[in-house]
Amino acid sequence: MANNVFVYCEIEGTQVQEVSQELLTKGRKLANELKVELHAVVAGTGIKGKVEDQILPYGVDKLFVFDAKDLFPYTSAPHTDILVNLFKEEQPQICLMGATVIGRDLGPRVSSSLTSGLTADCTELEIGPYEDKKNEKVYENLLYQIRPAFGGNIVATIVNPDHRPQMATVRSGVMQKAIYEGECKKEVVYPEVSKYVSPEAFVVKVLDHHVEAAKHNLKGAPIVVAGGYGMGSKENFDMLFQLAKVLHGEVGGSRAAVDAGWLDHDRQIGQTGVTVHPKVYIACGISGQIQHIAGMQDSGIIISINSDPDAPINRIADYVITGTVEEVVPKLIKYYKQNSK
Amino acid sequence: MALKIVVLAKQVPDTRNVGKDAMTAEGTVNRAALPAIFNPEDLNALEQALRLKEQNPGSTVGILTMGPPRAGEIIRQGLYRGADTGWLLTDRLFAGADTLATSYALATAIKKIGDVDIVIGGRQAIDGDTAQVGPQVAQKLGLNQVTYAEEVLSVKDGKATIKRVIDGGVETVEAPLPVVITVNGSAAPCRPQNAKLVMKYKRATCPMERPAEGTAYDNLYEERPYLTLNQWSVADVDGDVNQCGLSGSPTKVKAIKNIVFQAKESKTLTASDADIEGMIKELLEEKIIG
Repeated sequence: MANNVFVYCEIEGTQVQEVSQELLTKGRKLANELKVELHAVVAGTGIKGKVEDQILPYGVDKLFVFDAKDLFPYTSAPHTDILVNLFKEEQPQICLMGATVIGRDLGPRVSSSLTSGLTADCTELEIGPYEDKKNEKVYENLLYQIRPAFGGNIVATIVNPDHRPQMATVRSGVMQKAIYEGECKKEVVYPEVSKYVSPEAFVVKVLDHHVEAAKHNLKGAPIVVAGGYGMGSKENFDMLFQLAKVLHGEVGGSRAAVDAGWLDHDRQIGQTGVTVHPKVYIACGISGQIQHIAGMQDSGIIISINSDPDAPINRIADYVITGTVEEVVPKLIKYYKQNSK
Repeated sequence: MALKIVVLAKQVPDTRNVGKDAMTAEGTVNRAALPAIFNPEDLNALEQALRLKEQNPGSTVGILTMGPPRAGEIIRQGLYRGADTGWLLTDRLFAGADTLATSYALATAIKKIGDVDIVIGGRQAIDGDTAQVGPQVAQKLGLNQVTYAEEVLSVKDGKATIKRVIDGGVETVEAPLPVVITVNGSAAPCRPQNAKLVMKYKRATCPMERPAEGTAYDNLYEERPYLTLNQWSVADVDGDVNQCGLSGSPTKVKAIKNIVFQAKESKTLTASDADIEGMIKELLEEKIIG
């Protein structure tokens, strides 16, 4: 048995989610390092012929398509059965899925069924050795599951020495997707769903399923204006929306600002929110907790506006402006308008 | 119908106020050094449970928690808000558990409690943010699960109708009982403590919370059995020691580090007009902004 790398691909209707494609790209790298194959699994209703081209180009050697009635919208039990029974046959060494509502519902259920370890919300995945000093045992080629922990105050590297598959979830935007240029087999199989899922698994009924297209494109915005607890009020965020509009950017915020009710939850940037990679990141009144920095540190140019010259975020900023947001943000708008064009 | 509801609640370190001694050398959390609170989303779950109790006469709500003896406080906080009873799983053998070993312990306790219709807890705890324990408990008990719940709309004819929040939208699902539900922080906040219930239960403790030399309330504990909270060890729940605590945890912590981000050479500016205009011009000239 080759003990390959598996990625669970999530769908909405017949659309493969971007986070799954990001994980395929990461999974391909891990598979190359381990000299094994990258396999993908997708389950839905009426997806045959519609999802393959959204999955195979990311370097997939073998794709398992499970297509049957009631596999969409997702419910826990049928998808768990598919993965658990497939993994019993295939014995993968690694399984990756999105740290989405679906991935965080499915991952723990599968890991519990297989008694394998699962690490949520990883920000980095690497391959390396592990020495178990207590039992004097050395393991080669384990998956390092790296994640901020404990409110983002520390970063932990987790390993699963003895149990397979090694499972990890990763949030959308943390990895970058890329069409794979190398060679891969691109085989597709359509297993018979009834061999994997018992009829009793379909007991939870989805009465209503309503998904709207995202109201904003924070993840892909070239310029992000983000506010933190130092913004002081919901009203002050209006200023950031003005600045973002002028710069053709989007507004995000720290967990503290979202928790304070100043900003919608889906605009939270950080380890437990969205990860962004804009050309310019303007941090307004953000102190820079690690859990936030984890979600924006790869930005091109970082501008920090803070009344505290010692705010931790200033250490990673390209421009540090010491001043209040009330004073600085209107000036940014004014001088941008005067000097652009 | 009368429901037997168990609320999964965790006492967590308040990760919003973390000092340098927060972690032990082994990489586990040094809980003694931190203020301990009722995990916020577990309070949202408790509120849903209490509402179901009100809507379904004869129902009971019990708080199940695992932790050191001082986690008995979580049961008291639940009683103050309207819970009927509670169980503290406490044993050194439970210590160092990852999510899987935690779920195993909770599942064995739920089996021991018996005939539970609804197990409900917060989506995730703020000290780990994993959201794994709910689904893993459900799997260990062979029950249905509904995660990310916003509201339990109704329970009738042996089925729960639940509104849940999904990525980019909402969903309404119907799940047969018994079911495990996890609740989002965006759900209704928990009701405050009730002064009468605080008076009634303020001396309620688990045996291990009491000093060995006895307390001034020993008579009270004899007169009022409800002031002695249930306290269970691994043996009490017929647990398999190999599936508990560190030995039952497939994940191991390889390394813990305090992150130091690569400091950049930054330009320091004031809020003066000249400084701000200078920066904007620089960014425009280098075509960093358009």
